[in-house]
Amino acid sequence: MSDTFTDDQVLEQAAAWLAGGHKVALATVIETWGSAPRPVGSQLVIRDDTAFTGSVSGGCIEGDVITRALDLMEGDAPEILEYGVSDAMAWEVGLACGGRIRVLIEPVKGV
Amino acid sequence: MQRQTLDALLRARDEKRAVVLATRLRDGIEKLIYPYDNIEEKWLIEPVSQVVKSDKSRTVEGPDGEWFLNVFNPPLRLILVGAVHIAQPLARMAGDLGYDVAVIDPREAFASEERFPGVRLVRSWPDEAMAELAPDARTAVVTLTHDPKLDDPALQVALKAPCFYIGSLGSKKTHAARLERLTVAGFDEAALSRIHGPVGLAIGARSPAEIAVSILAEMTARLRT
Repeated sequence: MSDTFTDDQVLEQAAAWLAGGHKVALATVIETWGSAPRPVGSQLVIRDDTAFTGSVSGGCIEGDVITRALDLMEGDAPEILEYGVSDAMAWEVGLACGGRIRVLIEPVKGV
Repeated sequence: MQRQTLDALLRARDEKRAVVLATRLRDGIEKLIYPYDNIEEKWLIEPVSQVVKSDKSRTVEGPDGEWFLNVFNPPLRLILVGAVHIAQPLARMAGDLGYDVAVIDPREAFASEERFPGVRLVRSWPDEAMAELAPDARTAVVTLTHDPKLDDPALQVALKAPCFYIGSLGSKKTHAARLERLTVAGFDEAALSRIHGPVGLAIGARSPAEIAVSILAEMTARLRT
């Protein structure tokens, strides 16, 4: 198998990055309301140098999720974030589609 | 997530075994649940069975807080009968859609590794091959040979199984003749209505790759709508 993975192989990618000595965090959609771009269970894996694969939205909130993931990569505790309808005028991070989602972000720990 | 949890999820995927990862949202405590084993926590039995059957992950309220149940079902399967030209782009694209693909064709010149790199090839007669592959509710079966000797035995097995999609390549005339033969073989109208023929959505597909798109689009519609 090559060293890049498809979107459905987020967990394989996480394992490969860990094996390469990186720190890794995982983001998972745990709940959606209304029109959400990715279904519950969708995952995004983030590497300590900001490389990522997979998705939790159509690209709308990944930037923010990656920033949060980098912050909690050193720790133990998971974090739950909620994203709602974005207000384009305020340049807020959110979902343009009008939906709302809850995302679990957690470091992958242990050897 | 614990590293050992990640490894167990990957192992289950390799073994094509369903697993549910339950995570307590308050503190990230994890439990791996194999739905076909004995489940110790009684309150989890019903929600675990529900997420596995629906293939939809969700949060549930447990006795000790809110849990997220993430279901990892084994991949959907696609069984192609006939290692013909259309089967080549169909097998490739279905791989991208996450299907575990098997191609049945007893004709070795067709079912060659060179024509189907990395695809599981079963070079026995379709009735035997289908019995071996044992299609289930997460399996689609598409016959592509136009040859009743090869297509019909495969369809007979598929019609007795709970496959979510059955498709048969061939014109309206070919399909009408096929339905007649299967009626003689004892299948009633309700059973035969499960066969999508002519196969695929009507998008005017001409090339093998376009036909593959139309078949995969129809399969997706059956699965998701």
